[in-house]
Amino acid sequence: MAVVFEPTKGLTDKPFHYCPGCCHGIIHRLVAETLVANDALETAVGVASVGCTYNSYEYIACDMVQAAHGRAPAVATGIKRNLKDSFVFTYQGDGDLASIGTAEIVHAAARSENITVIFVNNAVYGMTSGQMAPTTLVGQVTTTSPWGRDPSYQGYPINVSEFLSNLAGAAYIERVCVTDFKNIQNAKRAIQKAFNVQKNKLGFSLVEVLSTCPTNWGKDPLVAMEWLKENMEKQYPLGCYKGADITFDADGKYVSGAIPATANNCVNVGEVKK
Amino acid sequence: MAQKRVLMKGNEVIAEAAIRAGCRNYFGYPITPQTEVMHYMAKKMVQVGGNFVQAESEVAAINMVYGAAAAGFRVMTSSSSPGISLKQEGISYIAGAELPAVVVNIVRAGPGLGGIQPAQGDYFQATKGGGHGDYRNIVIAPASVQELYELVVEAFNLADKYRMTCMIVGDGTLGQMMEPVAFRDEEPIVNVEKPWAACGRKGDSFHHTVTSIYIDPDVLEKKNLELQDKYKIVEANEVRYEAINMEDAEIVITAFATCSRICRNVIRQAAELGIKVGMIRPITLWPFPYKAISEAADMSSVKAFLDVELNAGQMIEDVRLGANGKKPVYFHGRLGGNLPMQKEILDKIVAIHEGKITEGGNF
Amino acid sequence: MIDFSVIFAGFGGQGILSAGKMAAEAALYEGKEVSWFPSYGPEMRGGTANCSVVFSDEPIGSPVVNDADVVICLNQPSMEKFEKQLKPGALMILDSSLIKTRPTRTDIKVIAMEASDIASELGKMMFAPITMLGCMATATGCFTRDSFEKSLYEILPERKHNLIPINMEAFDRGAAFAK
Repeated sequence: MAVVFEPTKGLTDKPFHYCPGCCHGIIHRLVAETLVANDALETAVGVASVGCTYNSYEYIACDMVQAAHGRAPAVATGIKRNLKDSFVFTYQGDGDLASIGTAEIVHAAARSENITVIFVNNAVYGMTSGQMAPTTLVGQVTTTSPWGRDPSYQGYPINVSEFLSNLAGAAYIERVCVTDFKNIQNAKRAIQKAFNVQKNKLGFSLVEVLSTCPTNWGKDPLVAMEWLKENMEKQYPLGCYKGADITFDADGKYVSGAIPATANNCVNVGEVKK
Repeated sequence: MAQKRVLMKGNEVIAEAAIRAGCRNYFGYPITPQTEVMHYMAKKMVQVGGNFVQAESEVAAINMVYGAAAAGFRVMTSSSSPGISLKQEGISYIAGAELPAVVVNIVRAGPGLGGIQPAQGDYFQATKGGGHGDYRNIVIAPASVQELYELVVEAFNLADKYRMTCMIVGDGTLGQMMEPVAFRDEEPIVNVEKPWAACGRKGDSFHHTVTSIYIDPDVLEKKNLELQDKYKIVEANEVRYEAINMEDAEIVITAFATCSRICRNVIRQAAELGIKVGMIRPITLWPFPYKAISEAADMSSVKAFLDVELNAGQMIEDVRLGANGKKPVYFHGRLGGNLPMQKEILDKIVAIHEGKITEGGNF
Repeated sequence: MIDFSVIFAGFGGQGILSAGKMAAEAALYEGKEVSWFPSYGPEMRGGTANCSVVFSDEPIGSPVVNDADVVICLNQPSMEKFEKQLKPGALMILDSSLIKTRPTRTDIKVIAMEASDIASELGKMMFAPITMLGCMATATGCFTRDSFEKSLYEILPERKHNLIPINMEAFDRGAAFAK
């Protein structure tokens, strides 16, 4: 019998605990497939964060470290500085990255740590049951903004990709979504590009993936996908915010494009400064 | 073979010892009075090809420690009291994930921002947990620059051996002072295999995971019991203390680090007055030398204990547990960054000797 | 010698801390136990600096000195502050170029010397505390001239060895005040 489908080796056999319709499953698989496609499963180290993705360390089949809330970029720094030739990535949600972990993400980018951040933005706290996130839209109802997010009371959403792209240390930042086949393919391309950026030691890379949370949004999964397109994409326009002109050849080798002048981990400072 | 003695600052010796112990990772954030550790590392760590990162915060620094330790590398951070408070989250995670790490606390006076002069007010924090959950750190309190060197090297061995945080507790005096130190030609580094490290599967049929989360209560309880079993082994094997002048001692001083040095002078002065004073100086604050205290309390010559600390009385609780009511335990402490004068302590010894003092001391 | 303790005090920039360190190095050269403990933090920001140095033939107890055998003062506030921290019969060496009054205590020995004037004759103000080291070493015997000179050759990088003779000249000029 012909094999028409095989699960990727980049994921373990452990069943996901994610809710039906949640985008984490798709995004996990894209990361896992990228690891496999680049033959990095044996060497990569991932950092799971806190939120719905706390358990991603059990699902993704490379070595994984589970980090404290918001601290994944610092943990990844500690790993990457020692494993300079291994692919090191974090997988973080919006509460983790854009609220409690703002200092860590900003400074990892500023230092141009040669790591890749997969930032999943679903505009709500999922694990703790639907509280307002730093990325919650104006007017969006959550369990802690029961009348909708009111900027005069709760402030404004944070556009992470936009503000991080202002930092000189950021090499590549792109926002994608996984609402349909075309966008999923595009997201996979972006993750591969981030992988190439790191492999070529060009510095900090981040892929922001807009995601749904049908459970906490209180919406049917398909309706949630539509809601994402109609509402989230207005606040968070898709596109490449940094490093759009960086190109690689067919082997993933850097060809051209503006990059940070000195990405970290790329030189052995000790040899230079002795 | 020991090398020629050189005059060095305590904080610099901490850094040098770490590098000699094979540590190639230092992550920290500036805070007085430990900044010389960072200054030294910023230069030397880079020159030996290691990693030095001035982190954005103590929180980030301890999590960089967590990352480097998870990948299987020797790693250290250092700070002073307010910064150590910030690191407690990470230290708890390190305990839960069973990672080896060395954390140095050059203690200053608190609470809050407090001051920057020497204190020992972090004894509870260091020995009784500090962060959340049921865990322990090995806590070592050196009393001289030479001892700082030797015990920092040892701290890395202990951290690796037991996969836990080994905390060096000093204070502003120890960090800022210069004393002669004789380095060894070769360090007694014990290399431990780290098959658990997340540094790439490299052919293993499973992926290595480093985590402190166990959602299932039964699994978590089992994990906790394993930790407690480990701590019992540490308690059985790693207690260190120095007994000074204990033969026929009438009064036993208990003091650690800087305080113990001041008390050394007092012991001599008391002898001149005809009072036999001994001292038990805990070197490991956890595990604590309860047995040594208990045995001292059983000595017929011993009339009382005098616990001397740079705090309002923290280690005294452990001394009392050790003495277990067999002999009274008096206290002398100074707060706010002040050091006790030798005369203050001597006066208290004379008062105890003459039976003119009630249990408890000056608080 | 057990716990022979010295306090060096003056303004920041006068070379107080390094003079203390040089004294410690000289005693270390003789095989003594030594400790050097500086003032640090905001205490340093007001412009005053001090350090405590202890020499001993036995392991040193407290590195923090509150009853000194010698106090070396290079400014008025230091003299007023540290006068109180001398043992009875102990020695205060003060820089009379900068300090115009004298200690109120009568139970201590005082040597007043124009340390800063000598230093400016020698070309650098940082020689002032060195002259006072010479005075202290000669008056108390806490370390020898020879140890001081030899320790300088050990601790200074070779490119600075040409400065040692002038340091020794400062030392000797100060030593004369001890007689």
